[in-house]
Amino acid sequence: MDKRFVSIWFRYFATDWFSLRQPELKKRPLVLRMPSHGRMIVTAINAEAERNGLKRGMVLADARALVPALEVLDDEPDKISRVLTKLGEWCIRFTPFVALDSTDGLFFDATGCAHLWGSEEKYLSDIIQKIMARGYSVKAAMADTPGAAWAIARYEKKSGVTPPGQHIDALLPLPPQALRLEQETVERLHKLGLHQIKQFIRLPRTAMRKRFGPPFLQQLDKAIGQEMEMLEPIQPVEPYQERLPCLEPIVTAVSIEMALKQLLEKLCLRLQQEQKGLRTAVLKGYRVDGKIEQISIATSRPSHHVPHLFKLFEIKISSMEPALGIELFVLEAPKVEDHLPQQEKMWEAVGGLNDLRLSELVDRLANKIGADRIHRYLPAEHHWPERSYQSTDSLQKEPDADWRTDVIRPVQLLPSPLRIEVTAPIPDYPPLLFRHNGKVHSIVKADGPERIEQEWWLQQGQHRDYYRVEDEEGHRYWLFRLGHYHEETYTWFLHGYFA
Amino acid sequence: MIPLKKIDIFNQLQSEILKLQGFKSASQMALGAGLGVIEKAFPNATFPLGAIHEFISQESEDVAATRGFLAGLLASLMRNDGTAIWISSQRTIFPPALKNFGLSPDRFLFLDLSKERDVLWAMEEALKCAALTTVIGEMREISFTASRRLQLAVEQSKVTGFILRNNAARLGTTACVSRWKVSSLPSEAVDGLPGIGFPQWRVELQRVRNGQPGVWNLQWRKNCLVHISGYDQASSIAYPAKQAG
Repeated sequence: MDKRFVSIWFRYFATDWFSLRQPELKKRPLVLRMPSHGRMIVTAINAEAERNGLKRGMVLADARALVPALEVLDDEPDKISRVLTKLGEWCIRFTPFVALDSTDGLFFDATGCAHLWGSEEKYLSDIIQKIMARGYSVKAAMADTPGAAWAIARYEKKSGVTPPGQHIDALLPLPPQALRLEQETVERLHKLGLHQIKQFIRLPRTAMRKRFGPPFLQQLDKAIGQEMEMLEPIQPVEPYQERLPCLEPIVTAVSIEMALKQLLEKLCLRLQQEQKGLRTAVLKGYRVDGKIEQISIATSRPSHHVPHLFKLFEIKISSMEPALGIELFVLEAPKVEDHLPQQEKMWEAVGGLNDLRLSELVDRLANKIGADRIHRYLPAEHHWPERSYQSTDSLQKEPDADWRTDVIRPVQLLPSPLRIEVTAPIPDYPPLLFRHNGKVHSIVKADGPERIEQEWWLQQGQHRDYYRVEDEEGHRYWLFRLGHYHEETYTWFLHGYFA
Repeated sequence: MIPLKKIDIFNQLQSEILKLQGFKSASQMALGAGLGVIEKAFPNATFPLGAIHEFISQESEDVAATRGFLAGLLASLMRNDGTAIWISSQRTIFPPALKNFGLSPDRFLFLDLSKERDVLWAMEEALKCAALTTVIGEMREISFTASRRLQLAVEQSKVTGFILRNNAARLGTTACVSRWKVSSLPSEAVDGLPGIGFPQWRVELQRVRNGQPGVWNLQWRKNCLVHISGYDQASSIAYPAKQAG
């Protein structure tokens, strides 16, 4: 069977996408900009802007001079290419083989598809209609080769089907740039007066190779069908989802557990085969009365370990209300990450922080009490006591700095310093006694002061002069004086207890 | 056959009972907790690992002393590769201070829970996890049943658990192997130098299953616990030298 290809050209793809989100932009001239070599370059325009004489690749200032009422937005090429891929996946309804064509087009391998729509004309007009309905302006062409379809879609006035075998005739009146040539080659062709393909298509090949190089011939061959063009089809990722319909509506927790176990085993088998692990999972129960009951879990590292995931779900099963019964269970894993098998250990030792059992325990705890309640701390390079450590949510992260050992810090630090009354003899001396909770502590031994300055780039305030003191009962405290002694405003605080 | 003496029979039976109760003999348990003389108070003269220990305290100052002694204990328990979970409803421990006792604060996970009931649940879950070295739980009250549950959890996993009870209203019977009370003593100055010296604690082993309770004065010195018989109350205040200019 002869091959048939469709080329889809989204004329204003990026701007269409922006105007879909902000419909008021549709009627106004809109361009997208991106910095390039220290200037702002117009990377995409909409139909209105094109009517006003703007072009892609212009400097933004020039465009503004031409059209003062210009709407300008920042271009997001990554986002746009993701949207195009998504649209390509959606187009799999027309043909199983959809490929991306740079940033503004799609190729369909439509061989043997069109008869399902009745004829090729109906097929193509359905494609155009459906895509237009999504809000994108589009031109499309169908021909025997991707190259010819591409040329006709972009350089013919109207979208249309070129009947089998006639694509070369259709190419003849088109300009040379329709062959997807390099800019330099196109310019040289025009300079030589070759403004249409028919003017050079019959020239001797050796002469053409000499003048325009092998890539030129290759592109020409691709368009006329002498050379196969390789297209890379979009392969959508199948969602990680398992379904379990039930013959009888399910009402008991035990049966929910059984259903969950079955689903988990199926899902985990697939994850294991693809060397993936799930980070989040949702179990949905579709009830007889139309409501959906759902419970979800999250793991701290990718996992496809059935007993562990089951344990995480188990706690939450009681929150599902089956009411009259659940007739369909769906288990989804919206977030999946790579999970490469690790080399097995010869013996099971207490593995420290990398131990899988520990991360499974953390998952179980986080599942019940919330991940924000679990803290692991790493040293932070700050002298200010409250900032001398930082929280991390990773179990594996190694500290970048060492914990300080040169200073003695209290075992217990009060959440906020407590104001105390003291009697201190002279500046820079530790207090003689202090009053705390109605009790007078007379100080027998003391060390200090250790001055800790406020980190002005983080917070404004006075410095602290810390003293380690011991009272007559042998209790050890960490006191500090805020500010200089000679200032009127200084105050004393209790900040912690030493062991 | 020579008839065994009564005392020998007693000893033999006692060691068999200990074995049944899960206490290992000293030779099996190479790891000493670095307690020195105190270890003699325990059955087989070994600090029981894979068990629950209870610490009681009344005031904030005693709480700090208890944390200090416990940190000293943990240092030899955790060595370099151990991991610990510290569960509390009102956490006051200052993570960087653990380094002063030879512990790596980044090998600790701190769980801050709002209810005591959650602390108990989390502690039981954590004690079942054999990947941990130790689990520390701070709670005010614990019933015998709850402590029994914890004890059953550690018998499987061999994790050592510590319960820190502050301001407990009722000190009932628990299934813990020991009950400790630590209070601070005046520090000992280094070679008569002024200022605060090595921290000292009075450690009371109030109850110990199959062991001998006792009271000791201990000092934390150069990253280990040192037993001291007495102490001299040197009173001196370190005054900073007046800086010139």
